[in-house]
Amino acid sequence: MLKNLRRAVGAIPFMRNPALASRSYSVSVKQMMVREALNSALDEEMSADPTVFLMGEEVGEYQGAYKAGFTGLGVGAAYYGLKPVIEFMTFNFAMQGVDHIINSAAKTNYMSSGNINVPIVFRGPNGPAAGVGAQHSQCYASWYGAIPGLKVVSPYSSEDARGLLKAAIRDPDPVVFLENELLYGESFPVSKQVLDSDFTIPIGKAKIEKEGNDVSIVSFSRMVGFSLKAAEILAKDGIDAEVINLRSIRPLDRSTVNASVRKTNRLVTVEEGFPQHGVGAEICASVVSDSFGYLDAPVERIAGADVPMPYAANLEIIALPQVDDIVRAAKRACYRSVPLSATR
Amino acid sequence: MACSATPKIVHGPLPTNSLRSAEKSDSSCKFMGPSSFFGSKSLNKKLFSVNKAVSSVGHRSAAVVAVSSDVVKEKKLKSSSSLSNLLITREEGLVLYEDMILGRAFEDMCAQMYYRGKMFGFVHLYNGQEAVSTGFIKLLKKEDCVVSTYRDHVHALSKGVPARQVMSELFGKTTGCCRGQGGSMHMFSKEHNVLGGFAFIGEGIPVATGAAFTSKYKREVFKEDCDEVTLAFFGDGTCNNGQFFECLNMAALWKLPIVFVVENNLWAIGMSHLRSTSDPEIWKKGPAFGMPGVHVDGMDVLKVREVAKEAVGRARRGEGPTLVECETYRFRGHSLADPDELRDPAEKAHYATRDPIAALKKYILENNLASEADLKAIEKKIDEELEEAVEFAEESPVPARSQLLENVFADPKGFGIGPDGRYRCEDPKFTEGTAQV
Repeated sequence: MLKNLRRAVGAIPFMRNPALASRSYSVSVKQMMVREALNSALDEEMSADPTVFLMGEEVGEYQGAYKAGFTGLGVGAAYYGLKPVIEFMTFNFAMQGVDHIINSAAKTNYMSSGNINVPIVFRGPNGPAAGVGAQHSQCYASWYGAIPGLKVVSPYSSEDARGLLKAAIRDPDPVVFLENELLYGESFPVSKQVLDSDFTIPIGKAKIEKEGNDVSIVSFSRMVGFSLKAAEILAKDGIDAEVINLRSIRPLDRSTVNASVRKTNRLVTVEEGFPQHGVGAEICASVVSDSFGYLDAPVERIAGADVPMPYAANLEIIALPQVDDIVRAAKRACYRSVPLSATR
Repeated sequence: MACSATPKIVHGPLPTNSLRSAEKSDSSCKFMGPSSFFGSKSLNKKLFSVNKAVSSVGHRSAAVVAVSSDVVKEKKLKSSSSLSNLLITREEGLVLYEDMILGRAFEDMCAQMYYRGKMFGFVHLYNGQEAVSTGFIKLLKKEDCVVSTYRDHVHALSKGVPARQVMSELFGKTTGCCRGQGGSMHMFSKEHNVLGGFAFIGEGIPVATGAAFTSKYKREVFKEDCDEVTLAFFGDGTCNNGQFFECLNMAALWKLPIVFVVENNLWAIGMSHLRSTSDPEIWKKGPAFGMPGVHVDGMDVLKVREVAKEAVGRARRGEGPTLVECETYRFRGHSLADPDELRDPAEKAHYATRDPIAALKKYILENNLASEADLKAIEKKIDEELEEAVEFAEESPVPARSQLLENVFADPKGFGIGPDGRYRCEDPKFTEGTAQV
């Protein structure tokens, strides 16, 4: 029965959403918001496979579920044969259920020696939003990225969102899917290939968003957009930056990053999370250990400020990386003389 | 209210000289279900009818029994139950006895092996609580799930995991049920549906709730004829943990096919339950969430079995969860590293007189379900099985180096791409364990 469903879904061209239909152009490239990308991916996966179900706070009609409880409940359902997609309002709330993400989900395939695998997806917005304060703004990429047994992905564009979410749901292992609230409303062009219901992106491969020769800028999620804008500004100053979208935090695509650094000889990493033990630290360590001889300048790490997120709007702006910070870091890596910090 | 009739499930055919139960029996109602729309009335009635047949000496109406001699007649009167009113048949009795003996002997063997240095790390033994495991798990099918805590050896054994596999796992050998990667606290078996072994208290309860959710999902979404039940075992300390309450809420809200079994052995490591809990009567927490809360003497396997039949039956019929508090006791310390100096020796001595195995043995012999020789044969068989299990475990090989990196992911591409641009798992040196990671 399942097979027929899958076949049926594949055969129907994806024109379900009237909003999308109204936006279709004569060329095969459409604009799609990240939010629509995620929803369409979830919709298709749930239709194709009835064992996939969505659970979370204020999701559907399942009111009355609370974090530690429903996180563990999802893991138990995954042990016994279903494929849950657990949604957190933000990953800050997931801290109440992190014991289940790590101890019950990530470690189980190993502890049971392959007996019981956990095909679960934990998704939700990660990182800062706008003015939501310290307890709702933390980025968890580096925390989850440290755990063996987990796969951690963080999409940037709609294509990333669709492909990675489908890959995550089909994956037999626990996947932490870190979205970004401010990206939900952004539109990106998507090709027909992306709209296919079987479109997936392999977990563990980064994407080179813009090729370049002078400096490698590595980032993920929202910061990829900032990095691309910084690359435009740098181009005017004669610096040809290569922008890499990590897509996966765990496993980290070290080979793409290293290959890029061997070409450009300079590296800048950008993330929104706290600087100590962050994703940038791991990338830096990887490059230093694998491509030391190729580095012409110290690795520049840009991260969020080492403080809990303040509420005031102007403070929030300077607590997070801005395009200007990326530009200055790239210039420092190229030994141009620049002021060390923002002058505003 | 259900209290007008006294179900008296605490008392039954086996004599109990318990202080705890005696005190409690004076309170008006042992079993308090919520109002009838949750279907508990039937549970009430069922239990009541059972107890009518097996109430204590001196209260029952005379039953007509065909007896062959005066001696037997006398014996029957003394034992307060007639052949037709026995709770178990001979076969069932022997199965229960064998399971409890296996549990006890296995745990004793673990202690021996630990002190000889064959077993290491954290080992938590189940001596004294066998009635709960046997009473519940022997009613289950293979597809039903059991979720336990770190005190999980006997749950795994009762569910059907072979003793030699559990023993090997404890020795850390590759022939163990988790190939040596789980250990004492993490017994998993897909075949027998043992969903773990969890180290943190309360961790298993949401997982069990999830497995029950899957059963219900299969029934309602897939329209399968699925009546699989999940049992969650946990202790008294866990009943003060937040996750426990979250799961009681969800299970009752969605009428999940789960039974929450509290093994109340009065001690959370060294913390006395009575000192750390505002209301030590755990069964009362059930009705607060809209499910029946039942208290039962956990040192008596037959009583546990009767309650379990009802609770599991309720879950199978789709009537929702039940909270069963089993009053039990562990004869050893919290773990093998615990010198067990905090508990009063008088308390320990008292519970030693209520040993569940001795009680079942007495019941079987008094009701002529089997002879002394039959039971001795079972004990001998179990001893041999354990000797063989220990030998098997000793002779089994330790895991190969390559096993370190195996099974981290079901899809090994999770290890990512190596410096040569290929997926790490495709590199033969990686799987042999000789590549640099």
